[in-house]
Amino acid sequence: MAATSVNQESHAAGHSKLTYTLIYIVLFAGAIASILPFVYMVSTSLKTYGSVINNNFWPWPPFGVEGLQWSNYPEAIRTVGWDDQWQTWLVVRYFANTLIITAVVVAGVLLTSVLAAYAFAQMNLPGKNVLFMLVLATIMIPNDLVLVPKVVMMYNFKWYNTYLALTVPFMANVLGIFLLRQFFLQIPKDLFEAARIDGASHLRYLFQVVIPLSKAAIVTIALLNFIASWDEFKWPLLVTRDASMRVLAVGLQQFTQSEGGTSTQLLMAFATLVILPVIIFYLFTQEYFTQGITTTGIKG
Amino acid sequence: MRKRSIALKGRRAREVTLGYALLAPAFILLAVFEFFPLFYGALISTCDWRLRCVKSIGLGNYTRALHDPDMWHALLITAIYSLISVPVQLVLGLFIAYLLFQKIRYRRTLRVMFFLPYITSTVASAAVWSFLYSPDRGPINALLTRMGLPALRWLNEPQGVFTLIGSALHIDVPAWAGGPSLALVSLLIYTTWVFVGYDITIFLAGLGNIPNDLYDAARVDGAGGWATFRHVTLPLLSPTTFFLLTFTIIGTFKAFNHIYVMTQGGPGDTTTTASIFIFNQLFQFNRYGYSAALSFILFFVILVVTIIQNRVVGRRVVYD
Repeated sequence: MAATSVNQESHAAGHSKLTYTLIYIVLFAGAIASILPFVYMVSTSLKTYGSVINNNFWPWPPFGVEGLQWSNYPEAIRTVGWDDQWQTWLVVRYFANTLIITAVVVAGVLLTSVLAAYAFAQMNLPGKNVLFMLVLATIMIPNDLVLVPKVVMMYNFKWYNTYLALTVPFMANVLGIFLLRQFFLQIPKDLFEAARIDGASHLRYLFQVVIPLSKAAIVTIALLNFIASWDEFKWPLLVTRDASMRVLAVGLQQFTQSEGGTSTQLLMAFATLVILPVIIFYLFTQEYFTQGITTTGIKG
Repeated sequence: MRKRSIALKGRRAREVTLGYALLAPAFILLAVFEFFPLFYGALISTCDWRLRCVKSIGLGNYTRALHDPDMWHALLITAIYSLISVPVQLVLGLFIAYLLFQKIRYRRTLRVMFFLPYITSTVASAAVWSFLYSPDRGPINALLTRMGLPALRWLNEPQGVFTLIGSALHIDVPAWAGGPSLALVSLLIYTTWVFVGYDITIFLAGLGNIPNDLYDAARVDGAGGWATFRHVTLPLLSPTTFFLLTFTIIGTFKAFNHIYVMTQGGPGDTTTTASIFIFNQLFQFNRYGYSAALSFILFFVILVVTIIQNRVVGRRVVYD
């Protein structure tokens, strides 16, 4: 898809007023349907249990007498439970686990991808092309296909129920290597020759010239891996056992299955805590997101 | 002269060593967690595996799978899920993307709104939808009741949608024509809600790549809105559509998180897709060898579907 110019909108002739009205009705109806579940989630998290089961849509003034039930949030956190290991609320632990894992995975992916992509793009190595084909071939191996052997390996390595199992297997990412290599290839070789004359080594050149030039690509890769890591569910479910090792997604799913999960307003408070940070994060970085997703086509 | 070439050789050797050292971390990780598991998985699939290979049973797990009616049922459910989900998603996505591409206001805001479901954690939004669908206190049923319509059991309803429609109209629908369970259809509605925003984003990028002069030429030739869409937009968009089609089909075959959160494959086995079935064999029953074999079978199915899809649809793609 070679783009000469990227259009923001069609340059076809305008439409009649009626057509425009219809377009707006359809678009706004769809957009509202997209966010309505979130509105419902937040509003339910601020209701009393009674209002939830009576399906009272607006129990607050001016139509109702209830106040906003902010206390649902601390109550949800209390209901989820206490982590003895770290002496803190389990919800806090879930957040900490998710953040630690996400940070380590993103940092790991960036490091391994940058180093490998640099060697592939800017260095003259024997057998380089064969090695690159090997790396690309791993894209053909779907995650689910190697799920069972990877779980068995976690047992063999004694990594089951540890942070190692949740991070190390994800620290190399073919897509990251591939995208960065493409990016690095565009940096003219002359630039390296010039740096070389000034006495710069490969590593100094990489960190002082190449990486600053590739900020956009690096941010995109970081974002995609962040979202994928935050969303991870199946793998942590398989390789962790203790409540204190759970990530947010697993913790939330377990809560839906527990007794506390029957208190819908608490469940919605927990869901809000999981969803809101990502939405806020997305609103600040959406340009990078759109760019990342349209160039790679994938969430992570 | 000679001294210099030795010095050069030394420098070159150091550079090559450095290069391999830079490749090493990524390579080791990919070798250990991608390549090796592929072969290890093949080995496990030929074993009666209980913590280790207690007995090699050759293709035993595979023949067992082929004779397992539950596996065939899971594949059938997956196929139905995919066959409904993919066209609905793509058509709706293209339709909304095309509307967003017209000269309208608030485009950015609308785009962000459509994209939100895709960006949020699947587990969390699936938990929210389980509540929306809840038969006794869910808002969807509350709305239906207020409109004088019968409440439905949504995710808990194993009966086929055509059976339900039939019984509402007092028509007897034969069992074979019952259609997918309402539970599966409820999952499909959720899936559409999540992925349409993604399809819109990709389609918008594709629409943006169509050169303006082609639209101008079409207008000069007197083509109307529909004719322009049919003969300019659609063919030139076909690489994008093809990409999305491939990606969405594979995605529906792998779908797991939301199904696991919302139904866990139930009620009965009406939403047990292949990925749920394989997961349960592993997670509930600890059948390592069997689920490894099932993973290879599912991979093979996806591969065949993708090849067929490439053959059938790939030819119609127009590359400019």
